[in-house]
Amino acid sequence: MPLIFTLAARNLLHDRLRFIATVIGIVFSMLLVTVQMGLYSGFSYMVTTMIDHANGDLWVMSPEAKCFEDPATLDEHKRFRALSIAGVADATSVVIGFAQWKMPNGGTTPVFIVGSDLRASGLPPWNLVAGKVEDLEVPGAVALDRSYLDRLGISAIGARAEIRDQKVEVRALTRGIRSFTTTPYVFAPLERARAYTGMSPSKSTYFLVRLAPGADVETVRARLADSIPGVKVLTPAEFRDRSRSFWLLGTGAGAALLAGALLGVIVGTIIVAQTLYSSTKDHLNEFATLRAMGSSGSYIHKVIICQALLSAIVGFSIAAGIGWIIVQRTAETALPIILSPELTGVLFTLTVVMCVLSAIAAIVQVMRIEPAMVFTR
Amino acid sequence: MTVPVVEAIDVVKVLGRGAAQVEALKGVSLSVAAGELTLLMGPSGSGKTTLLSVLGCMLSPTQGMVRVRGSSTQGMGSEELASIRREHIGFVFQSYHLFPTLTALENVRLVFDIRGQRSKRAKARASEALAMVGLAHKTRSFPIELSGGEQQRVAIARAIAGNASAILADEPTAALDGENGHAIMTVLAEIAKNASRGVLVVTHDPRILPFATRIVRIEDGLIVRADRSEQRRAAAISGRREVSFGIVAQRKG
Repeated sequence: MPLIFTLAARNLLHDRLRFIATVIGIVFSMLLVTVQMGLYSGFSYMVTTMIDHANGDLWVMSPEAKCFEDPATLDEHKRFRALSIAGVADATSVVIGFAQWKMPNGGTTPVFIVGSDLRASGLPPWNLVAGKVEDLEVPGAVALDRSYLDRLGISAIGARAEIRDQKVEVRALTRGIRSFTTTPYVFAPLERARAYTGMSPSKSTYFLVRLAPGADVETVRARLADSIPGVKVLTPAEFRDRSRSFWLLGTGAGAALLAGALLGVIVGTIIVAQTLYSSTKDHLNEFATLRAMGSSGSYIHKVIICQALLSAIVGFSIAAGIGWIIVQRTAETALPIILSPELTGVLFTLTVVMCVLSAIAAIVQVMRIEPAMVFTR
Repeated sequence: MTVPVVEAIDVVKVLGRGAAQVEALKGVSLSVAAGELTLLMGPSGSGKTTLLSVLGCMLSPTQGMVRVRGSSTQGMGSEELASIRREHIGFVFQSYHLFPTLTALENVRLVFDIRGQRSKRAKARASEALAMVGLAHKTRSFPIELSGGEQQRVAIARAIAGNASAILADEPTAALDGENGHAIMTVLAEIAKNASRGVLVVTHDPRILPFATRIVRIEDGLIVRADRSEQRRAAAISGRREVSFGIVAQRKG
């Protein structure tokens, strides 16, 4: 084992209480960062979940629509114009909007209606755990997520309720289709979705365009934009960016999460810097001896950075373990914390950068050492 | 003629700033020759440690020159001076300055590690150095598990392991009892017999006079001739007819 590593590890472990305090500091700061970044990641995922699961190559929408949940409408006749454009295989209407759900016990709660032509496979419910999509063709049939049963005052598939004074029956249940707004999604066929939201039959929220085989997305998009006045045509990726941009940046929610993460990094950096600084101060004699023996400045830097990296690895490992448990616990909630392998890699890099930056104060202190001080101590 | 491994030529060293400024060395010339054990003696504050620091390339002279194996260190930066120390000079300190978290062997291996030598050969040479000072059986002991004399022997092993030309020792027996001090000086005297290596020992301890090949006295930043009684005493204890004494004071200006 290289002596640099041995020296660094033993210097750290020499004062175990201080090392434990450092690790706890790193764990807490990295947990804060992990939760904030995981929430950011989860939020980013949740705000685009409908776009991710829609079957379309292009979204036609009102230019005012800032995100998927924006109920700006389009005239239905524009869909027929879209269908007439070369390269368009299908254009399915999608209707969204808020409505009041009246529970069997008489209470009410808001729901978010998502409706599309189920035969055209525009935006049907997915992750079905009970019932089938076709079951929604039965008059009054709706689908919703099983996690909302209590919230909607019902207990199982087959339960009945009312939306806008119209009787509905739960004929299908999904798993994990939760809204970050906490308002439950209710899936229904297009016409009934219009009825539940009070939207005119001549209006829709989106047209979901599927391209004919071999058609070029950009060409068709340009044709749609040129031929249909007063609409915006976006690819799913662009619509995702638009939605994320609105929810994460436009509302300030993302900035708040990122600020929390930044706070975690700052706190972690200060804790590690303080520990490395005091550890270096305690071992100043040894660093002066190293210098007197003729060690280069970089050798001493490596010892200190190695201490920082060891702290980072131990702290991150524990934080990642706890983070993984939190991820499991929040998986079925309205706002799950998502830790992708990429995000885990970013967090590890962040921990390492944070710990190495923390070493700067200690390194500056060591570089002030006069090797001749070994004669006076 | 003996070959100087380290030499100071007309060295003036000013320490401190402003009102606290002190001329610690006032034009000192001293050479440490291969095959010799030189004792540098003098009262507290006479400039012994400053001279040791200058000869050991830890402090740069304000005026004058230091030469290590014939090459001047003038104008060298801190990293170049560190490189000179790494390759040519071994230090032995009064309070040992061993690394408490490393074993005896690891303490000696550090000499090679800082040179980037991490081979089995380096480890073997560290073991050999410990064997030379009689600590082959203590390689895995931590400093806290060793007596003061043993710790100082580890420090000597560390100083000689890298084949340094000059061993500079600062009061190596000050923290030891008579028996251990004698043992340490015996080891240093043995090291000085090597024709390619010179040893300079700064000391207050008159018990170690017999080990000297040469005695140099420094007072008030100047090297002066040692008094006759000291010379006679050293010669008598060592059983030699004569022990050569330091260079006559060289005062600048």
